[in-house]
Amino acid sequence: MSSSREHPLAQAVREEAGVVLSECYQCGKCTAGCPMARYMDISPNQVMRLAQAGDGDAMERLLSCEALWYCAGCLTCAQRCPRKLDPAAVMDVLREMAHRRGKVPAAARKVRAFHEAFLAAVEFGGRMEEIPLVLRYKLKSLDLLGDAGLAPLMLARRKLPLLPHAIRGRGEVRRIFEKCRKRTRP
Amino acid sequence: MKTLGYYPGCSLRGGGIELDLSVRALARAAGVELREIEDWNCCGASAAHSLDHALAVALPYRVLALAESQGLSEVLAPCAACFSRLKGTGVRLSRSPELSRRMHELVERPYRGSVSILNINEFVAALLAGGLSEKLTRKLGLKAVAYYGCLLSRGQDIVTNDDAEDPKGMEAAIRAAGCEVLPWNSSNECCGGGFSMSKTGSVLDLSQAVLDEARAAGADLVVTGCPMCHSNLDMRQLELLKRRRIPGAMPILYLSELLGLAAGLEPAALGLDRHFIGSRGLVRGGA
Repeated sequence: MSSSREHPLAQAVREEAGVVLSECYQCGKCTAGCPMARYMDISPNQVMRLAQAGDGDAMERLLSCEALWYCAGCLTCAQRCPRKLDPAAVMDVLREMAHRRGKVPAAARKVRAFHEAFLAAVEFGGRMEEIPLVLRYKLKSLDLLGDAGLAPLMLARRKLPLLPHAIRGRGEVRRIFEKCRKRTRP
Repeated sequence: MKTLGYYPGCSLRGGGIELDLSVRALARAAGVELREIEDWNCCGASAAHSLDHALAVALPYRVLALAESQGLSEVLAPCAACFSRLKGTGVRLSRSPELSRRMHELVERPYRGSVSILNINEFVAALLAGGLSEKLTRKLGLKAVAYYGCLLSRGQDIVTNDDAEDPKGMEAAIRAAGCEVLPWNSSNECCGGGFSMSKTGSVLDLSQAVLDEARAAGADLVVTGCPMCHSNLDMRQLELLKRRRIPGAMPILYLSELLGLAAGLEPAALGLDRHFIGSRGLVRGGA
């Protein structure tokens, strides 16, 4: 259901998330059920409303808000939306735009640092390994002391493999990452 | 079901190793061979879909393509997040030939769509139906709450065998282990998921709410199937105890551990000695 009057964000959200923004009637059920809403600067239904507007001011607010970074991906909003929309998928599209444009609010930088560290670990060896992930995260976030006491406890419980493992197909996985980076959109 | 494909996923090689140990032990006890997908890669978990939507499909696509080329038509993914990403990708591919074509080009492997993905609840139910029930000779006599969290309860066309608002998929198995399943309010609430390190305060708040509800229901333990939920409720419980935000420890067991105990397997062989919150009080010889 495309429309010539659709603004660029609405088109991107429809193509990438399968969500037609104009169908949201702002009932607020997504916000009511969201476990992370209390930590967000704007609520999930406000994200949907601003996305519907899609003008310069709205985009500025959306791409610099913290809310995008605090979605836990719990799927409650999509489960309960009476219009069968998926606000979390809309947030995914917006977060990717914010990430690519480097617009990340200071309060959310640790969240982005974690995602980046996770993906860097996967790109390197094909799998996420906790020790490399945590080291990369600490360097990116500069959160050097947080949870420093947990590593010895995890080692004592034999929860961390001591030898790193890289899969045979890691070159293939790296090529997938490179190709994804070269995509132009969003 | 004699042979089943197996996708452990990254967590199960690290912090979630107890889930791997107990799933493998339970399969052995039931006479089912788990065939691990060779050279599997990470599914991307929450990180890929947070930053790059193409990567979030491409990583699971490679896993599905490998499974298909290795002749595995049914694959168990015990981690709830891996299950959700792998099955969700399969569903999206089956609906969009255009997406399939793009992924074929991106990953440079064909995938025809022949692989079905099982979660831990479906796996345990299949084992029970296949004869495991008769091997559960040890009745544990515990009061349990079943915790599905997000990804074993929700996901349109992903969790297809359960009710998203009132999931029941673990109950028969918990009862088969000789335990009582208590009604409670948090079976499908979120524990904070992947924010354990990057937004720890939210994980402490949400996990505390789940633990408070379990205690209010009168539970001896919480049963889960998700390594993220387990890590948040078990490892992060140390912090809640230290700050006196909860009155006492609440053991968190994987469904496969509970069934393994009922089958008479050794607690250490199931990984119980690796949890942060001990379960010694629950079972004789517990860790």
